[in-house]
Amino acid sequence: MSEALVEHHVLEYPGGYTRSVGPALSRYLSGLRDGVIVGVRGADGRVLVPPTEYDPVTAADLDDYVEVGPAGTVVAWTWVAEPRPGKHHLDRSFAFALVRPDGADTAMVHVVDARRPDELAIGARVAPRWAAERHGYVTDLEAWVPLPEGQAASPAPPNAAADASDEAITGIVTPIRLEYDINAGIAASKYLRALGERRIVGQRAVDSDQVYVPPRGSDPTSGAPTEVEVEVGQKGTVTTYCVVNIPGLSENAPEIPYVCAQILLDGSNTPWFGLVHGVAPDDVRMGMRVGAVWVDDPGPNAGSIKWFEPTGAPDAPYEEYKDYA
Amino acid sequence: MRDVAVIGFAQVISARERERNEVELIIPAVRGALADAGIARSEVDFTISGSCDYLSGGPFTFVSGLDAAGAWPPVKESHVEMDAAWALYEAWVAIQTGDVDSALIYGFGKSSLGDLHEIMTLQTDPYTVAPLWPSMVDLAALQASVFLAATGRSDAELAAVAARSRRAALANPYAVAAEDVAEDALLARPVTHAPLRDADIAPITDGAAAMIIAVRDVAERHCERPAYLRGIEHRVDPQGLGLRDLTTSTSATLAAHAAGVADGPVEVAELHAQFSHEELILREALGLGDDVEVNPSGGALGANPVMATGLIRIGEVATRIRSGAVRRGVAHAAQGPCLQQNLVCVLEADR
Repeated sequence: MSEALVEHHVLEYPGGYTRSVGPALSRYLSGLRDGVIVGVRGADGRVLVPPTEYDPVTAADLDDYVEVGPAGTVVAWTWVAEPRPGKHHLDRSFAFALVRPDGADTAMVHVVDARRPDELAIGARVAPRWAAERHGYVTDLEAWVPLPEGQAASPAPPNAAADASDEAITGIVTPIRLEYDINAGIAASKYLRALGERRIVGQRAVDSDQVYVPPRGSDPTSGAPTEVEVEVGQKGTVTTYCVVNIPGLSENAPEIPYVCAQILLDGSNTPWFGLVHGVAPDDVRMGMRVGAVWVDDPGPNAGSIKWFEPTGAPDAPYEEYKDYA
Repeated sequence: MRDVAVIGFAQVISARERERNEVELIIPAVRGALADAGIARSEVDFTISGSCDYLSGGPFTFVSGLDAAGAWPPVKESHVEMDAAWALYEAWVAIQTGDVDSALIYGFGKSSLGDLHEIMTLQTDPYTVAPLWPSMVDLAALQASVFLAATGRSDAELAAVAARSRRAALANPYAVAAEDVAEDALLARPVTHAPLRDADIAPITDGAAAMIIAVRDVAERHCERPAYLRGIEHRVDPQGLGLRDLTTSTSATLAAHAAGVADGPVEVAELHAQFSHEELILREALGLGDDVEVNPSGGALGANPVMATGLIRIGEVATRIRSGAVRRGVAHAAQGPCLQQNLVCVLEADR
């Protein structure tokens, strides 16, 4: 059996994910921008950093913010030999660490920019290295760095950001990008490869005459595997449709309005989604007979069928497709 | 309380599945669990799955899983964006309400499609932690670092867990990381995420698992020796890693107490430990003595089909009880970074 088709897939929110930060993290991120680390005093007097809005034990509202650090102590660490571009903001080996700033009772997850792992140890003293340009983001504290014995942490340099302001930070934008190699599976791969040969192939249920297209490898009514391939017709009946008046949703429909429809292909039992062209939107109707129009160079992908056009045959009677409407 | 038992279980596991998609992995798992229980699909009242859309990188991809379960005409159905052990919990609650008498539970995921360790960063605090992109292995390594320092244990004890798991996995046809290896040999391998080595980290695994549970009268009709869920509970620790004592697992201890782990002898325990040190933390948190056989399947270090791994722990214990090998055992499932959320259940045969 040939391997399933694989397609590279990127999951990304264009421009990043916009988040409101709430009152506690507003104080924290505004503090980082201003070159200080802000925690909050909990109901039991412990100083929590980053600050939380509510006490983790009693759920009481917390608003007694206190400045901590600037130096801190490594509570735990692990070495990252190879930073990942586009994810890690440091471009050479570093450590992830839990660092407890002086005056705080909890540790924060951050990075330590050390040259070698042997510069790190539990209990090691570290100091913040501040970014020159700070915007109210967790990497304004660029990294913790080893603090030689007997030295004090230096204060943060003035914020060199062109848009530096004193206003409280209320939101952040976090980029998220994940990459995948999606595997179509056995049934869908057969279907897609057939599209590349200008054929539409579904699968028949084991215990009924139902033909599913696109096939999923199973009969959704019973969960039983489907393994018998069936080529279905390239003509079908519009069971329902809608007129789209929003531009830019489909490469195959550059102009609005256009019609997308559910089309019951001859010989199949699951309506299939397609665009309808070659007819004024006002003239599209349920029961209309349409046929597939292929691209010049079809491949194993859903884009091989450009759209459907009316065949000119008389409309199918409602009785023939009412169970699918 | 209504007595509820596990009466069927099946799993489909692959190290990196290149042919079948998720639905095609679930089909044999569901059919296998139904066959194991000797029950018809139409006789099962409730259907629930556990999965994570981020594993496949698309919204609502869990819905297609229903194609494998047989869901037309529409069935009573639910889903949790968690390991299917939590789907089992919801099914157990549904049975307790009296609305349903039996349930099909399945969990599935293909960790090989993306970068699992990076994907799991997205379950951390999105303001102060996720933007730094620590992977789930980086965060586990931080917990291991704290744990070893606080307890005075050494990485030799991690290697002992890893070696025992890999050897046990040899007897498990569903394991993907199995080898006859000694602790010393593992210690000689490189540290990849200090203080962890590769063998301390659960392998990337694709797969699905399915389970049938039912109330006593249905269970006794279909199963000679049902594995009854005597107690089940789940608890969660705070999200902030710095707010937690990472040397222990408070939520696991509370869940174990509520589930009644200490109310009888524990002959076998399957723990959802994705890293060697997590097993050591969980043994203490659950109060398991040295006489308890832990992870005879090889555990998550032998196979880790994310979103099914926890359910498989329950299935492994249930299978041993149903076969008569043991009478009472404990199963554990975990979610979140550094054992943040923990589910514990006690399974037992009547005799």
